Amino acid sequence: MAEAHNPLEQFQIKRLVPMEVAGVDVSFTNSALWMVIAIALITALMVYGMRRQALVPGRVQSAAEMAYEFVANMLQDNVGHGGKPYFPFVFSLFMFILFANLLGMVPYSFTTTSHIVVTFAFAIVVFVGVTIIGFALHGMHYLRLFVPSGVPWPFLFLLVPIELLSYLIRPVSLSVRLFANMLAGHTMLKVFAGFVISLGVLLGWAPLAFVAALTGLEILIAFLQAYVFAVLSCIYLNDAVHMHH
Amino acid sequence: MGPEAAKLIGAGLATIALAGVGVGIGNIFGNLIAGGLRNPAAVPKIMGNVFLGFALTEAIALFALVVALLLLFVF
Repeated sequence: MAEAHNPLEQFQIKRLVPMEVAGVDVSFTNSALWMVIAIALITALMVYGMRRQALVPGRVQSAAEMAYEFVANMLQDNVGHGGKPYFPFVFSLFMFILFANLLGMVPYSFTTTSHIVVTFAFAIVVFVGVTIIGFALHGMHYLRLFVPSGVPWPFLFLLVPIELLSYLIRPVSLSVRLFANMLAGHTMLKVFAGFVISLGVLLGWAPLAFVAALTGLEILIAFLQAYVFAVLSCIYLNDAVHMHH
Repeated sequence: MGPEAAKLIGAGLATIALAGVGVGIGNIFGNLIAGGLRNPAAVPKIMGNVFLGFALTEAIALFALVVALLLLFVF
């Protein structure tokens, strides 16, 4: 029974439909199941919400429009003109992370974003995409991003490696931020839920109240981390699209 | 002192990072309150930046958590 009380047990990946293609394990896992659920919910929200396209929106249409406007404003504020072509990507990224984070708050569900494999895949796609966009728009001039202007030239020997390193570390910090937030939040919830049982009826209400408050905080964090991931992607995109900012 | 004890001490030391994060988050919201009292009309405009800063600062604490977890479970 000791294993059942491990707060990290919730992150275990279980094979639901074992599959193998050419020696590579491609089983349908619980992680994949919750990703499919997230995508199905997003598609349902957008397609069902916009089926009438009423001038005075109903509840579902309002939610769909709010999500659209939120991301559109974020892109407008951070990238400005020239950012519109990347809207579909940023919107999908934001909505998927948001729904994956929020679905993780459902009891007995699985948080896909609590695995660094998933978040690092997102981050590396953003990183490689932004680098390709930068080189495609500016050619070799994109390398000037690593050379700060208005600095006496001897300092460049120090500053260029720092700028290069801070550019290359982006996918790591982007993915670890999201994954660690989800991991820490869910572990903390389970640890305090364990205190409720061990303290019993007499004192158990105190951690129970704390768990309720933490759940509220975690829902805020779920939204905030999706926002932060999308905003940072926009900021990186802005570096690539408009180099002189 | 065995390697097991050293591991636990290392994981405990990793939590020192929380001191810096406490200062950081306190700075963010302290300055928000100080600035908001001077100019309450500007508060809604900067809330996005405040939460961005909060999330970035909080992430530093979680990097320390990752270090602690790595020390405990990987080595």
